[in-house]
Amino acid sequence: MNPLPPFTARFDDVEVTFPRSWEMGENGVARRVSGSVALENITCEFPAGQITGLLGRNGAGKSTMLSLLAAFRRPTRGAVLVGPDGDLRDPWEDAALTSAVLVVQEGGDVLQDEKVEATFSYYADLRPDWDPEYARELLDLFEVPLRKKASVLSRGKRSALAATLGLAARAPLTVFDEVYLGMDAPTRFAFYDALLADYAEHPRTIVMSSHLVEETERLFENVVLLDRGRVVLAEPADDLRTRVTSLTGPTAAVDHLAAGRDVLHRQHLGPTTRVTVHGPLSDDDARAAAAAGVTIGHEGLEGLLIHLTRSSREGTGDGGTTAGRPLAGKESHR
Amino acid sequence: MFDGPEPIYLQIAQMIRAQVLSGELQEEDQVMSTTQFATTFRINPATAQKAFGQLVEEKVLYKRRGLGMFVAPGARDRLQAEHRARYFDEVLAPALAQAALLDISADDIVAYVRGHRPAGGSSAAWEETS
Repeated sequence: MNPLPPFTARFDDVEVTFPRSWEMGENGVARRVSGSVALENITCEFPAGQITGLLGRNGAGKSTMLSLLAAFRRPTRGAVLVGPDGDLRDPWEDAALTSAVLVVQEGGDVLQDEKVEATFSYYADLRPDWDPEYARELLDLFEVPLRKKASVLSRGKRSALAATLGLAARAPLTVFDEVYLGMDAPTRFAFYDALLADYAEHPRTIVMSSHLVEETERLFENVVLLDRGRVVLAEPADDLRTRVTSLTGPTAAVDHLAAGRDVLHRQHLGPTTRVTVHGPLSDDDARAAAAAGVTIGHEGLEGLLIHLTRSSREGTGDGGTTAGRPLAGKESHR
Repeated sequence: MFDGPEPIYLQIAQMIRAQVLSGELQEEDQVMSTTQFATTFRINPATAQKAFGQLVEEKVLYKRRGLGMFVAPGARDRLQAEHRARYFDEVLAPALAQAALLDISADDIVAYVRGHRPAGGSSAAWEETS
C-alpha cells in the first residue's frame, strides 16, 4: 500500500471555551469555576510536508490546539480541517482521517500494564504506515527495553517511547506535543537527529510544540507563536530570526535610529544606550548604523518570543497550565 | 555551527563560498546533499535547500539531475573577482578606521604589510606589486 501524501492542517477562526463547572475546594465544599476561553480567533495553517514549530508559554493553548487535530476534542466555534491538499475534511469521528493523524503527548498513548512490544502490535494494527523494524531500531537507540511494562519505565524512557511511536507510525500528520519532557540532553538531540533523517526520507507534515526554543528552532521551516489563546504570528522561521534587533552605541545615534520604531526595551550605560526594537532593519539602516558607530545584534527566535509574549501579559497573573482568560459575559456561546 | 546572527541559509551559503574560495571544494566536486546537510548540522532540509538555491543562482553550484549538487566550473574565479571588489570597502576600510583611532600612521601600516608575506603560493606576485 502506498503511503498517504503529507497532510495539511487548517484552523479557520477556531474558538475553544471551557464551560462553567464545579470543582472540589480544599475543605471538601464544591465551588463553581467560571468558564474560560482557551483559544480565540485561531486562523492558521500547518503546511503539507513541512516542519512547523508551535511555540508559546505554558498555558498559551498549544496542547488544546493540537488535540483538535486528532479530534480529541471539537472546537466550540470555527472549523478544523485536515487531509491531503485539495481534500481537507473535519477529522471528527472520521476513522480514516484520524488513523492518519497522530498527536503524541507526553508519555504517549501506551498500554501501561503491558510490555512495550504489546503497544507496538497495537500501533501496527492501528497505523497504516507503521514500520516495525524502524520502531525497534529507535528503541535500541534510546535504550528502552522492549520486554518491560511501560508503567515501570522512567519518565525519560517513557518520553523516548512516545517519540518512537510518533516516528515509527509515519503518520501523514505527526504532532509532537512537548514530547521531549523528561528526556536528558543526549536523548533529545538523538530524537531531533532521528526526526530530521526520517523526515528527509519519508516526507510528512510535522508539528512540534516546544518551549525549548533555542534547541529546536533550527528544525522548523515555519513557526506559529501562540500567546494566551491567540496566534501572535505564523511565518517562515528563517525570517523571524532577525525580527528583533538590538542597537548599541552613542545615545544620540541610537535614539535617531530607533525613532519611529517599536522599541521593546531600553538600557542606558553611561553615554551608551542599548535599545531592542521589533521589525527588520533595511540595508540603508544597517549602513547608517555602522557609520554612526552603532552595533546591530539579533536576538533570535527566543528573544522574539520573550518580547512578544511578555508585552501582552503585563499586569496579568499566570494562567496556569490549561486555562486561558476568564470568560467575560460569553457563557451564552457555551 | 551556524550560530551567527544572520538567517541560517545565508550562513550555509557563506560557508560553501568560503570552501570554494579556499580550494577545499574544487570545481566539479560534489557537495553534501540537503539531507546530509540537515542531519549533519541539525537543521531543516528546506533551509539547506534555500542556501543551495541561492548558490545555483550565483552560479557557484549547479545541479545534475538525479546525482546532486556540484561546484560549477569557474566558480572560484567568479567568487574571487566578487570578493576582491568588496575587500577594500568591507575588510580594509574598517581596519584602517581602527588604525586612525589608535594613531597608527600609514607608514607603520605599509611597513607591516611589506614585512608580512602571505605563506606559500603567490609570494612572487606579492613582491611585484609591493
